[in-house]
Amino acid sequence: MGGYLTHHAQALLGALGRLARAPFATALTVLVIGLALALPLALGLFVSNAMSATGGFTGVVDASVYFKPEVALARVQQLAQNTRARAGVASVQVISADEALQEFRQYSGFGTALEALGSNPLPHVLHVRPTPEASGAADLDGLQHYLAAWPEVDQVQVDSEWVLRFNAILDLLRRVLGIAALLLGAGVLAIIGNTIRLEIQGRRTEIEVVRLVGGSTGFVRRPFLYTGLLYGLAGALLAWAMVGSAVLVLKAPVATLAQLYGSRYSLSGPDWSQLAVLFGAGLALGWLGAWVAAARHLRAIEPRA
Amino acid sequence: MILFERVTKRYPNGREALRGASFSIDRGEMVFLTGRSGAGKSTVLKLIAMLELPTRGSVVVNGQNLGTLKSRHLPAYRRSLGVVFQEHRLLDDRPVFDNVALPLVVAGAAQAEMGKRVRAALDQVGLLGKERMLPNELSVGEQQRVGIARAVVAKPAVLIADEPTGNLDPGLSLEVMKLFKRFQDVGVTVIVATHDLHVVHEFGQRSIVLDDGQVQGDADTPLPSMTATR
Repeated sequence: MGGYLTHHAQALLGALGRLARAPFATALTVLVIGLALALPLALGLFVSNAMSATGGFTGVVDASVYFKPEVALARVQQLAQNTRARAGVASVQVISADEALQEFRQYSGFGTALEALGSNPLPHVLHVRPTPEASGAADLDGLQHYLAAWPEVDQVQVDSEWVLRFNAILDLLRRVLGIAALLLGAGVLAIIGNTIRLEIQGRRTEIEVVRLVGGSTGFVRRPFLYTGLLYGLAGALLAWAMVGSAVLVLKAPVATLAQLYGSRYSLSGPDWSQLAVLFGAGLALGWLGAWVAAARHLRAIEPRA
Repeated sequence: MILFERVTKRYPNGREALRGASFSIDRGEMVFLTGRSGAGKSTVLKLIAMLELPTRGSVVVNGQNLGTLKSRHLPAYRRSLGVVFQEHRLLDDRPVFDNVALPLVVAGAAQAEMGKRVRAALDQVGLLGKERMLPNELSVGEQQRVGIARAVVAKPAVLIADEPTGNLDPGLSLEVMKLFKRFQDVGVTVIVATHDLHVVHEFGQRSIVLDDGQVQGDADTPLPSMTATR
């Protein structure tokens, strides 16, 4: 067991040493890997920040139910009670015709004109707010049909189109993020695979000698796998540093902009789960790229006499 | 025990390096393989080291038919051999100690054991004290001795050497052969491919003479008619 661990420690230290001995080439490779990992991370952050800034707009979707003028307030309150009991409904607010008129008089500036009217022209209204889970297009459509089916209701208005558009944009961005992550991940694999291929070619004599003195394929392959892992780790660290720096630079201007819109929103950097995905992907791609290159190119190297 | 039975080796270019060669070498024996260039000496060693496989016939080393050896057992088999080349194949970017220790690292030896055995091997070849030097800081003869130390450090059962004195002057050649003789004295089977008949005569060991891929003679001293030419 001790010998096995010593092997691994030697392979890791050897890989570190080789990377350190070629600082320019190492830095260049790590930079490319870092950029490839930073782009999906940045896009992911953009999506999560957009969701966070808007709250997904789940709190602002609601349905306004306008009753016919002859419907009594008691009946409206009874229907409000029924609606509260329905699944997917977060809250129901009754605005009586009198309250609506009072509010209109106060904020519209048409108070004197309203005095001239003999009766209150405004209907009783219900504001129905769905739960965030029931704010999708199909749920809102179902809610609208439920409310419109009452004979006492004159009109149901659900302002959901722009929310649906926003959610569609976010969905599109998520898909773009997935595609970008796949393509850039393939790029990282290719970069690491090619780097390992060159290293294998550069160490051909050493590999031949190691095989000749009885080094197994696993023994020969191990330093290259560690090199791939180190590239992936360094690339992930660089991606974190780049995106983290960008967040730091943008944090203050974004906060200022949010304040101008009356929001206390603050730009967030990558959270632990995003970092776990970043480092997991970096290490996995590094290991896989190295393994594929080693499996392909080491097979061709046999000792010569 | 090493046994070659009617071994033929044809390379992809069509050249037949061995043609039905048969001989056996006992455990602990020291044998010279002699013959002209292209006679098949190196091919015999490549077959023993499993760098090549015979086209026909069988090669058996210590009871193991190499034709049936599974590839996963090849590293362990090679660890039982020590190999010395004419071009000593040292790793130029690593000090003498690391070069000599390589078979022990591969075998997973403990650090303390490794240090002891590397120093013992270097002592045997007269290079103790030069552990930290790089190969290119040594003379050609010293480099060859580092190669020999690497070949014997893991105490192989069989030591094979392909023209180990090819780059050395006569004095150094004899020194190297004396080293091989010392390994034979402690029970190692030693097979040396050489066309330096002066060295062969000097040691009076068994000599298998190859010519055109066939065994032409097998005696305690080489046949004068088979005197090699460079």
